[in-house]
Amino acid sequence: MTATSSTRTPARPGAALGGIPRWVVAIAAVGGALVLLPLVALVLRVEWPRFGELVTSESSVAALGLSLRTSATATVLCILLGVPLALVLARTRFGGQQVLRSLVLVPLVLPPVVGGLALLYAFGRRGLLGESLEVAGITIAFSTTAVVLAQTFVALPFLVLSLEGALRTAGTRYEAVASTLGASPTTVLRRVTLPLVLPSLVSGAVLSFARALGEFGATLTFAGSLEGVTRTLPLEIYLQRETDPDAAGALSLVLLVVAVAVVAVAHRVGGSTGMRGLR
Amino acid sequence: MISRTTLTRALRATAAAALLVALTSCASTSTPAEPDPAASGTGLSGDITVFAAASLTATFTEIAAQFEEENPGTSVELSFAGSSDLVTQITEGAPADVFASADTTNMTKLTDVDLIAGSPVDFASNTLTIAVPPGNPANIGSFADLAREGVSTVICAPQVPCGAATATTEEATGIDISPVSEESSVTDVLGKISSGQGDAGLVYVTDVAGAGDTVEGITFAESSEAVNIYPIGAVADSANAELAQAFVDYVTGVVGQRVLAAAGFGTP
Repeated sequence: MTATSSTRTPARPGAALGGIPRWVVAIAAVGGALVLLPLVALVLRVEWPRFGELVTSESSVAALGLSLRTSATATVLCILLGVPLALVLARTRFGGQQVLRSLVLVPLVLPPVVGGLALLYAFGRRGLLGESLEVAGITIAFSTTAVVLAQTFVALPFLVLSLEGALRTAGTRYEAVASTLGASPTTVLRRVTLPLVLPSLVSGAVLSFARALGEFGATLTFAGSLEGVTRTLPLEIYLQRETDPDAAGALSLVLLVVAVAVVAVAHRVGGSTGMRGLR
Repeated sequence: MISRTTLTRALRATAAAALLVALTSCASTSTPAEPDPAASGTGLSGDITVFAAASLTATFTEIAAQFEEENPGTSVELSFAGSSDLVTQITEGAPADVFASADTTNMTKLTDVDLIAGSPVDFASNTLTIAVPPGNPANIGSFADLAREGVSTVICAPQVPCGAATATTEEATGIDISPVSEESSVTDVLGKISSGQGDAGLVYVTDVAGAGDTVEGITFAESSEAVNIYPIGAVADSANAELAQAFVDYVTGVVGQRVLAAAGFGTP
């Protein structure tokens, strides 16, 4: 690539680098290698002759199915809860808003195990709400609900962050015009605001899905691990590694492929505006 | 835009913090051990790294401290993790001098590829016990109670040593437990019980002994069906084979055995 573009513009050295200093490109290459090398190593380790058999075993299929179902549910919850949250954070002014924003984003930086413990203290059988929930006949302990709850907890900030940035960038001009023309707040939201930030909403949702799919620590701490109920793909990989590292490697590749596909979709849909909130 | 600058600032702070962590951890690993006196009383000197099963954390920390005290000029680094994790690390070339496993299966993985010098020695045993939250809310009194309807029982997955022992006991007694969760490690089982999420869990005697009053232990006769044996051995390409062997001997010797017995371990 460097060669072809430099032949096209031989007069300006460094044009192929887009005006970026060479040392930046060198460091970028190291950064890229840091991310790519382990992934390449993972692919190289996969025992291809056994791949099909390993990823189609009963426990693998159960884990993948559960992961896809729970991640999809968590993504829907993220949209239902995250859109209003992002709107409130981006469009309103109130005391303590900065603090609230920081707190909402905490799961992004929190070690997942800590997230799991926090969920346990809130929704566990002996947690803040656990007893009231149990009286109401809702048992979260060791259920698929617990998995979805953990995934939503860690994935929600991705959607909020992505959408809030887009809302701020889009500004309120069109909304102001719509409401002067007599549209109700709900109509403005439905007809103006949401269509305006739709790419960000989609890419935020896709990233939330990806994060939910990879959720491990909080699920392990909070939900437990039982085939078909709480043992998602990352937990299955963790367990398989004990006895069958080949199976763990093969399943890791499956997770990797799904993750790459998801990120690719996010980038395509996000286009030029969608990822703004995450930049 | 505002969020973008905030984010940039946050990222910068995070990067700085990460760098700091990296630097301090580098510093701590590169800190040289105490200067080695040229000749100590026992003639042993230098450093070794001992890879030991997570369940040996308390006992091996104490044994290593006593070993260093009795052999001035030696330093024992300890690394604790699940036995199979440690096996993976050693196979991938981690610099271990001694390996202490929580079961014979994992030790065999290393002897099979000639990564252990000589034959490993069995130095301790551990049996299963029932752990319940304080107060025993589900009124568990026997192994059979774990299979009772309405009891949330947490066990280890059959892929890990404690789960294999659980499966053996179930088979021997004909009691079929329907667990609410099959955890990947015994500490995860313990966590589910001490937090009150589960009503009862199957863990090792030493786990209950080490958990203080966060759980109660209920011994059961059928536990003799599955006794877990702990083997220890010096790693084949140890840079300090003499010291490694001395540590192995120390664990199997009087002091090591006394510390292990005090923590609830049985004799092999």
